[in-house]
Amino acid sequence: MEQFDIIVIGGGPAGLAAAIAAYDAGVHSILVLEREDRLGGILNQCIHNGFGLHTFGEELTGPEYAQRYIDRLMERNIAYRCGAAVLHISPEKTVTAVSRADGLMTLQANAVILAMGCRERSRGALNIPGYRPAGIYSAGTAQRLVNINGLMPGKRVVILGSGDIGLIMARRLTLEGAKVEVVAELMPYSGGLKRNIVQCLDDFGIPLKLSHTVVQIEGKERVSGVVIAQVDTHGKPIAGTEEHYDCDTLLLSCGLIPENELSRALGVTLSPVTNGPVVTEQLQTSVPGVFAAGNVLHVHDLVDFVSQEAASAGRAAAAYVAGGCIKTPDAGVAIMLGSGVRYSVPATVDPTRVTDNLTIRFRVGSVMKNRRVCLYLNDTPVLRRKRPVMAPGEMEQLVLTEAMLQESAPVKTIRIEIEEAGA
Amino acid sequence: MKRVLTCIGCPLGCQITVELHDAQIISVTGNTCRRGSEYARKEVTNPTRIVTSSVPVTGSCGQTAMVSCKTEHDIPKSKVFDVIAGLKTVRVQAPVKIGDVLLKNAAGTGVDVIATKNVF
Repeated sequence: MEQFDIIVIGGGPAGLAAAIAAYDAGVHSILVLEREDRLGGILNQCIHNGFGLHTFGEELTGPEYAQRYIDRLMERNIAYRCGAAVLHISPEKTVTAVSRADGLMTLQANAVILAMGCRERSRGALNIPGYRPAGIYSAGTAQRLVNINGLMPGKRVVILGSGDIGLIMARRLTLEGAKVEVVAELMPYSGGLKRNIVQCLDDFGIPLKLSHTVVQIEGKERVSGVVIAQVDTHGKPIAGTEEHYDCDTLLLSCGLIPENELSRALGVTLSPVTNGPVVTEQLQTSVPGVFAAGNVLHVHDLVDFVSQEAASAGRAAAAYVAGGCIKTPDAGVAIMLGSGVRYSVPATVDPTRVTDNLTIRFRVGSVMKNRRVCLYLNDTPVLRRKRPVMAPGEMEQLVLTEAMLQESAPVKTIRIEIEEAGA
Repeated sequence: MKRVLTCIGCPLGCQITVELHDAQIISVTGNTCRRGSEYARKEVTNPTRIVTSSVPVTGSCGQTAMVSCKTEHDIPKSKVFDVIAGLKTVRVQAPVKIGDVLLKNAAGTGVDVIATKNVF
């Protein structure tokens, strides 16, 4: 059986950054397993620009951002296998994978980094009634068809959901000659970035209808139209507000779900809020030696933060392999969440194991204005940051320093609160 | 004349009103920071965009795939559709490397369209 110190599951932005950081931390026996036939993950189909502003100080397209990390992987001669789908991971960290080139592979690792990314919420998960005609795609599928395969999914398009992929596709399809009739969003606010609403919808006069949803899909063989209606504060359609749109295509951009089938089978504890693993400050899951980073852990808004988080996971996995830390992911201090904070990554912090700055990432549950984010150690505020506006679509972060922890030692409680900023 | 814009600088998304007279900016209101004012002034006088797309590439084994591309710099917003139209007939042969010019002087903007992906 082939042996590696670290096996990374997934060769997208998280897997690449994790492998590179682990290598640079001194572990050189690494294997990256990628299901697709090239490294880079979802970035390969995200051909628009705007990636890497934080990391590289310039606006790259998705493939360019991916290539920067692929180049670093190559420079280090880190092993990778494409077209290799992982079927199972055991708690003993035996990885079963299959590929055309190698057939069935059984691989042994000392540590595993989960970097499988996420999937789009499907029509089935949205419970839209009606027939199953052709012409209904997730926004990401349409993106792949246009940008990778060079195929147009349709000519007249309605988009449900204002997630960033849906907004990006509204522009892409418009540029390629389709007519995008409307974007309907169930929530009273968009889940997408302001910049995308302006440059993908406003630029082309595409209307965004907030508090609206699709109530009917027409057509038996192919979509021939959809009916959208306004919804009340409980998300229920309001009778009499129905509007009909002729179209041949419906795109769904209604949220992303971390892809954790492998993690679940492995016995990793998952959070019901993020749908990702519950992790410690080392980004270690409930299974010793199994780490997680990127969209498989929680859905990110910017790839730069995926790369940063994954690098932390890579370093932690390298330390685990070296035996310098943590053989058991016993819980440290659980981070308590004040009103309005949906989750935090990590979920727990062992103050004695924080040797550098620890980034705590979280999301809020609703749009909030004029607030400040506060971090309390032992009920004493150690960090206060003004936030003129916070939205569920944007990830928030706080940096907990080793010095803060030392000054408050022994740390018994850690709490994130969102407070009124006052005048 | 008045133009109302949504600022893209941050999630706040200020509604900025720019008052114009004979293409001269009289006032900018509604922004809450300096970046908002700068954005609004640029947007009403010289709006620009980077255009991204993808074009067919024929591989060394004869298979066809797509290679992603972008304008090397931002171009006037009014030329976006012209650049896309110019790319409609572009076909390239592998190997293509990031930065290779796929279309020179796209739509007369003086800006080249370059590859953003390696295809071998």
